[in-house]
Amino acid sequence: MIAYPARRIAIAIVTLVLASIVVFTMLEIVPGDPARIMLGMNASAEQVAQLRHQMGLDAPLLLRYLHWTGGLLKLDFGQSYTYSVPVIDLVAERMAVSLPLALIALALSTIIAIPVGLYSASRRGGTGDTIAMGTAQLGVAVPNFWFALLLIYLFAVWLHWVPAGGFPGWDAGIGLALKSLALPALALALPQAAILARVARSALIEVLSEDYIRTARAKGIPRRAVLWRHALRNAMIPVLTIMGLQFAFLLAGTIIIENVFYLPGLGRLVFQAINQRDLIVVKSVVMLLVAIVIVVNLLVDLSYALVDPRLRGRP
Amino acid sequence: MGLLKALLAAGALALAIGVSGTTSAFAVRTDLVLGVTLEPPHLDPTAGAAAAIDEVLYANVFEGLTRIGPDGEVLPDLAESWTISDDGKVYIFKLHSGVKFHDGTDFDASDVKFSLDRARATNSVNAQKQLFAAIDTVEIVDPATVKITLKHPQGAFLYNMGWGDAVMVAPESAATNKQRPIGTGPFKFQNWAKGSSITLVKSDHYWGDPVFLDKVQFRIIPDPAAAVPAMLSGDVQAFPFFPPDAVSQLQDDPNLQVEVGSTEGETILAMNNKKKPLDDLKVRQAISYALDRQAIIEGASGGLGVPIGSHMSPSSKAYLDLTGEYPHDVAKAKELLKEAGMPDGFKATLKLPPPDYARLGGEIVASQLRDVGIDLEIIPMEWAQWLDQVFTKKDYDLTIVSHTEPNDIDIYSRRDYYFNYQNPEFNKGINELNLTADETRRDELLEKAQKILADDAVVGFLFELPKVGVWNKHLQGFWKNAPIQANDLTKVKWTD
Repeated sequence: MIAYPARRIAIAIVTLVLASIVVFTMLEIVPGDPARIMLGMNASAEQVAQLRHQMGLDAPLLLRYLHWTGGLLKLDFGQSYTYSVPVIDLVAERMAVSLPLALIALALSTIIAIPVGLYSASRRGGTGDTIAMGTAQLGVAVPNFWFALLLIYLFAVWLHWVPAGGFPGWDAGIGLALKSLALPALALALPQAAILARVARSALIEVLSEDYIRTARAKGIPRRAVLWRHALRNAMIPVLTIMGLQFAFLLAGTIIIENVFYLPGLGRLVFQAINQRDLIVVKSVVMLLVAIVIVVNLLVDLSYALVDPRLRGRP
Repeated sequence: MGLLKALLAAGALALAIGVSGTTSAFAVRTDLVLGVTLEPPHLDPTAGAAAAIDEVLYANVFEGLTRIGPDGEVLPDLAESWTISDDGKVYIFKLHSGVKFHDGTDFDASDVKFSLDRARATNSVNAQKQLFAAIDTVEIVDPATVKITLKHPQGAFLYNMGWGDAVMVAPESAATNKQRPIGTGPFKFQNWAKGSSITLVKSDHYWGDPVFLDKVQFRIIPDPAAAVPAMLSGDVQAFPFFPPDAVSQLQDDPNLQVEVGSTEGETILAMNNKKKPLDDLKVRQAISYALDRQAIIEGASGGLGVPIGSHMSPSSKAYLDLTGEYPHDVAKAKELLKEAGMPDGFKATLKLPPPDYARLGGEIVASQLRDVGIDLEIIPMEWAQWLDQVFTKKDYDLTIVSHTEPNDIDIYSRRDYYFNYQNPEFNKGINELNLTADETRRDELLEKAQKILADDAVVGFLFELPKVGVWNKHLQGFWKNAPIQANDLTKVKWTD
């Protein structure tokens, strides 16, 4: 009973430590000096050295690693070289955009994908299925930035319903903020919905061929009820797995959409920090994301044990 | 009853819309959303090289003793006048009175001394520290008078004091300017939503001519694909530094005005003058002959930009047109390569930083050099890598970059600069230039310097970066040219 969770937690901790070493070392190897980037091409070598000293970049490697990880343990993510503000503040600001955007996009994609998947699976091979899956194929193939530009030209430039981009902040009012997230959420959701619909369809088709479905039908339960009550529930496992992966992607991997809509999201923060060699921001945000993924996986692993009693006894 | 109420309400609503519609049509707008491609890393112009800092703050929030005007001229700013001693070493600046910083503290001679001493201190992190190198002492004569003594006469001293890196800051706020800039300018800082926008509002107690705008939001839009719809939809009303290769999509919009001017950005094919075979003058000349500048401008800059033959902006008064020295001549280039002992050409690398002028221009340069037998391997890099490998460690053969600092021909005299070029005669001219204040003599010296660089074919001179500005046609007062990288909003206003 104890062995399985304890083992999972231990693995998670070891993974975090290894990840911190890898992240730190990789960023040390990458060429580029944040001080030189800040001072530009006209500054002398002495001045660059002066700034490096002020930023604490001239301390020995091991000391800086211990300082950094020690800070992480106390939830102190350090101070951005370029912005000179605490990294945690920057992350919090960006999360206020990225988290709602990811959640809205995920909700939209689920709302679209599940009914389409159900419909296609129940009419497998029919005209409706062919059209739906053809559209989904297109949705997977079309790059989301291109789709985003189409949305901008239609709804912002032509119809003037929403702004072409930018984020006014939540202080400007929930209505305005949501309005500016509408197009990016849609642009993010549709390709994800296309993938999810295909996964849902194939998972449902597999479940529908199971014996217990035939048994249920034989007992006289209506087709629709079988689909909703028996098939969908059992097909949810692969669907949920994909959704979990999509959420991680939507949170940090939306840099292109953030650029097209010039949204101040987490992806752009990391991208900008890499360009300016604001390594402390890169390190800390990457570690934070690693931690989130590890914790989510841990929770999923532990929940398997709750669902499947057979796992509990296993080490 | 219900129906009557509804009708009344509808009537009131219609009236309200009508009224508000009328007022907005007559009142002149005083707000502006202005697009910029890069976000400043922080907001202190005296502590960073990023042009994005000046693009928001120069002339708007911060002011210097002098300032640079729309055509690159030196204008009085916080100093209303000055006298220069006969030996050119003592400058006495008379300051405007009644000037206040945005936090309410007074600006006087002690702030000048503080700002200049801070910029040239040993622990200074001013990105253009060389601007202050000639200063020996800064003395407070009285609250409205400052005496600056130089170690030697310096021709460009008044110009240097007009740079964004030389603006006046207060001891009370200097340390926090990076996040909350406090200056003396007509606009004061209001808010910075990181990654999104920076907002300035009109300052209540400005000493100089009042400005027309009440509120300006600088919106950060890095992607040209996003900048185009932002301008077309009217969300953003001005984009004074628009990406040149994307502007064709805006040219036909009747609401927008596109203005093409010049910058101080000499775009060059830099060569490592110490690396074989580029250490051979004939080889560098061959490369110069192989370049077809017009084709490069077409491909790298949307056809906008002026060809250059040396390191000087065509809008500069001392500019000498040397584009004829190496016209595009493939046969001549091949002949020179043969004379240099390389009839079959050679292989080299071309390291390219991220801007479009470099990445797109690099492809064209490589194909033009292939025509004369030089085989270039293109290596794309990000800025951090480029600064590290090419600029600092000088580990490169060829690269393309734009030198955007104004009047920076002296970089070719710097020891240990990444060109690895040294010519005592050139250095002598630059030294004399530094000590000369007489304009005629300065122009002569500058012309001579341009000629030497062209003769030595130090680098391949390509073109001057254009400044492409786009704004709503009801807006006026923006700069056409960019003698410095700034968005001076002091004259910008809406007209009907």
